[in-house]
Amino acid sequence: MRQVDAVIIGGGPAGLAAAIELKKKGVEDILILEREKKPGGILRQCIHDGFGLTRFGETLSGPEYASRFVKQAEELSIPCMTDTTVLEITPDRKVYASSSEGFLEIQARAVILAMGCRERTRGAISIPGTRPAGVYTAGVAQAYINLKNKMVGRNVVILGSGDIGMIMARRMTLEGAKVLGVFEIQPYPSGLPRNVEQCLNDYHIPLYLSHSVTDIRGRDRLESVVVSQVDENLAPIPGTEKEYPCDTLILSVGLIPENELTWMAGAEADEGTKGPAVDENYQTTVPGIFAAGNVLHVHDLVDFVSLEAEALAEGAARLIQEGSLPGCHLNVKGDPLVGQLVPARISGQNDVTVSFRVRRPLKDCTIEICQGENVIKRLKKPKALPAEMIQISIQAEKLNTADDLEVKMIC
Amino acid sequence: MEQWDVIVIGAGVVGAAAARELARFRLKIGVLEKELDVACGNSSRNTGMLHAGFTYKPGSLKAECAVEGNQEFDQVAEELGVPFKRTGKLVVGFTDHDMENILKYKGIGEQNGVKGMRIIDKEEIRRIDPNAGGEFAMYVPSSGILDPMAYTIALAENACQNGVRFFFGREVTDIRRLEDEDCYLLETPKGDFKTRWVVNCAGMFASKISAMLGYPDYPVKGFKGEYYVLDKKAGAFLSIPVYPAPNDNGGFATHATPTIDGNVLVGPDSYVTEDWEDYKVTKEHMDGLFADGRKMFKQMKRDYFIRNFAGIRWKRYDPETGAILDFKLEADASHPHTVNLVGIESPGVTCALPLARRAAALLAAQEHPAANQDFNPVRPVEKRFYEMTREEKARAIEKDPEYGEIVCRCETVTRAEIRKAIHNPLGVCTVTGIKNRTRATMGRCQGGYCETRITEMIEEEMGIRPEDVRYSRENSYMFTGPVRSREKDHFGEMGGAAQ
Repeated sequence: MRQVDAVIIGGGPAGLAAAIELKKKGVEDILILEREKKPGGILRQCIHDGFGLTRFGETLSGPEYASRFVKQAEELSIPCMTDTTVLEITPDRKVYASSSEGFLEIQARAVILAMGCRERTRGAISIPGTRPAGVYTAGVAQAYINLKNKMVGRNVVILGSGDIGMIMARRMTLEGAKVLGVFEIQPYPSGLPRNVEQCLNDYHIPLYLSHSVTDIRGRDRLESVVVSQVDENLAPIPGTEKEYPCDTLILSVGLIPENELTWMAGAEADEGTKGPAVDENYQTTVPGIFAAGNVLHVHDLVDFVSLEAEALAEGAARLIQEGSLPGCHLNVKGDPLVGQLVPARISGQNDVTVSFRVRRPLKDCTIEICQGENVIKRLKKPKALPAEMIQISIQAEKLNTADDLEVKMIC
Repeated sequence: MEQWDVIVIGAGVVGAAAARELARFRLKIGVLEKELDVACGNSSRNTGMLHAGFTYKPGSLKAECAVEGNQEFDQVAEELGVPFKRTGKLVVGFTDHDMENILKYKGIGEQNGVKGMRIIDKEEIRRIDPNAGGEFAMYVPSSGILDPMAYTIALAENACQNGVRFFFGREVTDIRRLEDEDCYLLETPKGDFKTRWVVNCAGMFASKISAMLGYPDYPVKGFKGEYYVLDKKAGAFLSIPVYPAPNDNGGFATHATPTIDGNVLVGPDSYVTEDWEDYKVTKEHMDGLFADGRKMFKQMKRDYFIRNFAGIRWKRYDPETGAILDFKLEADASHPHTVNLVGIESPGVTCALPLARRAAALLAAQEHPAANQDFNPVRPVEKRFYEMTREEKARAIEKDPEYGEIVCRCETVTRAEIRKAIHNPLGVCTVTGIKNRTRATMGRCQGGYCETRITEMIEEEMGIRPEDVRYSRENSYMFTGPVRSREKDHFGEMGGAAQ
């Protein structure tokens, strides 16, 4: 069995950033395992720009953003095995993977989970109707168009105003398709405001809020969809049905962290994120197994994925080099308006970045970070959207080692 | 025009079984199927139960074939290499009326020859499966689970291996008797077929074929049911099918069944439909399944939903009384050289081989064909990569490096397995055809990761254009063409778009 210091599952933005940072911190023996033919992850198919503003101060396309990390990993001679799929991870950090070169068995001192996320599908949200060809998730349509040069349809309805859905509305319009509209079940867009502007408004693609697809019709290929308005409980309102003839339905209805290997390794889930519960070092409940990026919680900007993976590398390097990390016994809790809160536990001895999303759009609110009676940080927020992740850094000297950390939204 | 001894119409589970049983004789056999694969109708749109036979009228063909089909299935599964598990079944009740019906059907089951049924209390239910609902139950040890699609494919492939030929996209639109040639002429959109014998296994369209052959256009009524497919994570919580007590007519409301591959099916409910291929799923019924399914399976939750589907039991009935009638199997001399099977619905999967044997016997009694000495009932199968030990996986990759490339992440299906599936003996190359042969795209991501790879492999292996790839049916195209043409690319008009 091959021995390595750190094995990184996934060569996307999180995995690459973690690998580079580990190497810089002196961890020598690193191995990235990537299931695709090339590293870069989902960025390879994201040919639009807008990546890197936070990280590099300039706007890059997905492949450009990825290539900066790929190049750096190459310069640092970090090995990346592509076409290699991990099948199994054990709680004692044995990793079993499959590639055309052979079946791999690896014993790692640290395992970094960077598998990213997958798209929610039609079945997961129970859309009624028939089952014709022509119903694609946004990411699959994007892969066909941008990587495989195959056009998936000509008359398109998009369900869900997630970022990829809006980006695909623009992309398909640019390739000559007619996008009849983007329909969002919530009363607000679920993607970033800049995408509403640049992908929909600039191309006169209508966005219908509080609407959902309530029937899919067609025998062989999609023939039409029925769209209905929904009430405040998101239930379709009878009598509001409207039929849109189309050959393609694109679904952008949410992303789910891809954690099957995480659970196999025995890590416990966080109730809020549904991803693994991690501490301030991004260590899961299984010692030596870490997670960062979209596998942990879905990010809206890749820049934050990279930063999070780099932060992970600090704790992982320390574990590899010193053999252990300080215990994290304080819980991080959010009030009912706070969702997707990471991390789940802290030590109270180190700097920590807390990230979360509001559960619904809020105006003129105040964020309070508290330990017991003590308010550590208070921030005014004129506007907060579920589409935008909020990150707050807290310095170690402000923290005590006795009380749980609480995140409150006061409106 | 090629001359056939026997044409079987329909490649559902009954047609595939009939073809396989007829292949035991020296006959030239063809199967005509309107869809692009076997089991596209209700053969695959069901729970995948090997029924025990306790709800069917004693002495009926249904009861006789169900019990026979149930008892022989261990051997059948072994011969055909079909995964099968005799899980037993819990028929659970809550009320006194439930108990009355359970006892009634226990009596009927015993009359039909079903063995080992017994009434158990709540405590024993929990011992058998802590996630099963119910205050009391009838435990039926002989029930089992299988993948009806895999079973139909196996029957068809075994028939094929024994010389039967399958023709897809051939809907029989007309049948003419050519008296002077003592044969039938079957019209299809892709050419005509001349055959001495016709075996009608057209499933829900069997009445139509029946009428074309000169038999009555038997009235049938469609009882539709919808299903939820739950993630394998839910499968960990259910080891045995849990059915509610039968209603007064012997029908079952929504039940929860583990599948042979580790998922859970919740459904079907039952309502009447008029439309032959009304396979749409509806909000009303999905909501109903969710509410009723939880009574049977306590762990049911929305997080586990991965897919929905619907099927229809087309039951033969008496228009005067409304009574549901038995399976019809006949070979009337006034319609020479025909075997007619009509109203074959649930438990059609369990009954397929017994019905096929009876159909073949009717033909043999008139035709006296010679036995096919080369008939081999055993279908060769290869072990799935997913089921291999680590050592076996390592050896498989060493032998064929394409075993090392995982195409479907959720179900761990390799490139080698997809390639072999594309070159299946029946010549099926739709995306759902590959899915049903490998389980690729059947997992929780529903093809999000692997579908782009599978379509590309179909193009490469079959040498076809993307526009010619089919998802499932004749016009179920997936691509309208290239995003941009390659020539334009050379002239620099792409602006660096497609990779």
